[in-house]
Amino acid sequence: MGRMVLEKVEKRFGDVTVIPPLDLEIEDGEFVVFVGPSGCGKSTLLRLIAGLEDVTGGVIRIDGRDATTVPPAKRGLAMVFQSYALYPHMTVRKNISFPLRMAKLDKAEQDRRVEQAAAVLNLTDYLDRRPGQLSGGQRQRVAIGRAIVREPAAFLFDEPLSNLDAALRVGMRLEISELHERLKTTMIYVTHDQVEAMTMADKIVVLHAGRIEQVGSPLELYRTPRNRFVAGFIGSPRMNFLEGPEARRHDASAIGIRPEHIMPSPNEGAWKGRVGVSEHLGSDTFLHVHMEGCADPVTVRSGGEVDMHHGDTIYMTPDAGHIHRFDDQGLRIA
Amino acid sequence: MATLHSRSAARAMMAPAVFLLLVWMLVPLTMTLWFSFKRYLPLRGGDLGWTGFDNYVRFVTSSAFWPSVQATLLIVGGVLLITVLVGVLLALLLDQPMWGQGVVRILVIAPFFVMPTVSALVWKNMFMDPVNGLFAHLSKFFGLAPLEWLSQAPLFSITLIVSWQWLPFATLILLTALQSLDREQLEAGEMDGAPPLARFLHIVLPHLAQAITIVVLIQTIFLLSIFAEIFVTTQGSFGTRTLTYLIFQRVLESQNVGLGSAGGVYAIILANIVALFLMRIVGRNLDA
Ligand SMILES: Nc1ncnc2c1ncn2[C@@H]1O[C@H](COP(=O)(O)OP(=O)(O)OP(=O)(O)O)[C@@H](O)[C@H]1O
Ligand SMILES: [Mg+2]
Repeated sequence: MGRMVLEKVEKRFGDVTVIPPLDLEIEDGEFVVFVGPSGCGKSTLLRLIAGLEDVTGGVIRIDGRDATTVPPAKRGLAMVFQSYALYPHMTVRKNISFPLRMAKLDKAEQDRRVEQAAAVLNLTDYLDRRPGQLSGGQRQRVAIGRAIVREPAAFLFDEPLSNLDAALRVGMRLEISELHERLKTTMIYVTHDQVEAMTMADKIVVLHAGRIEQVGSPLELYRTPRNRFVAGFIGSPRMNFLEGPEARRHDASAIGIRPEHIMPSPNEGAWKGRVGVSEHLGSDTFLHVHMEGCADPVTVRSGGEVDMHHGDTIYMTPDAGHIHRFDDQGLRIA
Repeated sequence: MATLHSRSAARAMMAPAVFLLLVWMLVPLTMTLWFSFKRYLPLRGGDLGWTGFDNYVRFVTSSAFWPSVQATLLIVGGVLLITVLVGVLLALLLDQPMWGQGVVRILVIAPFFVMPTVSALVWKNMFMDPVNGLFAHLSKFFGLAPLEWLSQAPLFSITLIVSWQWLPFATLILLTALQSLDREQLEAGEMDGAPPLARFLHIVLPHLAQAITIVVLIQTIFLLSIFAEIFVTTQGSFGTRTLTYLIFQRVLESQNVGLGSAGGVYAIILANIVALFLMRIVGRNLDA
């Protein structure tokens, strides 16, 4: 129960168009991630779906019903905010039960649902504390708890993990994914972190300046990016782009090759270059190689213990099957 | 960096200011205390020697004491009630995006810069005057008999004048507090199904609680000593004699400095009790 259809949805602030007319379908139970650079309109789009912002044009359907002008509370959606937006003067229990109290549920049912959510989210010991006495990760869980007790048709998350440290972020990422497995409720998740997008999503929506650049599963976007923007945005470290003679050899105005699809070698290969900075991650080493005629260094992935140093000459062989070709519009050539 | 050296240097440099402040406060305080234990009637014999706690007992047992306490409480309570209620409403209004916001805000603050004597005179002569006042004209326009504000509703009139003066202060503090409320909390409330009134009661009001407390305490300290508004309007008649006004009458009209000083000491104690609460709340706020 959480199928959403956006038809020609558009948003303008004054005469600034933040989201040009856009179509999008979200299936029931899907985990959809909106990803894109800062300021591209992810939050705005999410807020349009939530009803916190009025659309300038277009229709939003939730479960087949036209919800364009329905107030936020009546859309049956729950939202988790980036700042958590917990009510600071209420205890964790009061925070979580707030939507239930507003819905005038009877006390026993309220308690049952709060206890249940607290058990799922490991918050049972903290129910009588206030948000100010919790750690960042615990606050995040309270915010999620407040969302799940309502048993909404869909969850909306706006960069929920961006205030957490790296280790906690990985943990919470797993917890949210697990929650999705358990509840099977539609989730729409906004992030600018493509790793979060790749690891969590069933379907990724790549946004750029309010437009949808591509919609697809993580691997689809990884394997067949529709244009240079998506190609550069999905994948870490980002794809290398080569223009000029090398691209012309492939009948394209630019070619893209991911660092993991280039074989480095100290003595032979198709391309020759000089090793610049190398980043040692233990499992992998990323070499930034300067090539004759290329402005940006090419990133190459190599094994963890590689014996190459700054200034060494290096040869590289791209994996022919993984070369992406783009025309002069930046669109993919099949 | 608070090293031992920088701290002692700081102390040495603050010393003159602290000294000045102490003298400034201690001299009048000591004199008040001094006189409060004396029988001192400047026009009727001057210093007539020590009397112990006689002045203190006489001050509270005089027939004017309890009515003055009552008048003080009514005025202070009334002003607090009006300024906080209207202040919250005004702050909510000014927080809305609207045209000419800057100008409106300055206009709202303006009464605070008018001297109490002036504003009381303006109210007395231009609004509340039973013949020429604006209110009189208004009631005549509606066919009613003009009210003699200062004699028929004296306490309410003074409360109104003082509230008008203190409303900007309350509004300003409450508006600042309101603006520090995280918008996402209100949006979360909206998503959680709370209608506007519930959002106000459950989210906005608790957020304002501390600001309201501070407004109440600061205003109480100042309102306990209002004087000019009474002096230029009713001169303490019609039951508007507050504690401060009673002290004034004891000292200047009855020329009994000792008795007035004893009243002053009571007022100091009262104000300090309120100040103590204020310090605690503000201090807790600063620690957090
Ligand atoms: N209320 C508003 N009035 C005018 N412009 C706005 C308003 N809200 C957002 N914008 C503009 O809309 C654009 C998209 O904003 P949005 O917050 O949706 O970006 P975002 O993709 O969520 O970015 P981030 O990753 O930094 O959160 C931005 O350029 C922003 O300046
Ligand atoms: Mg955002």
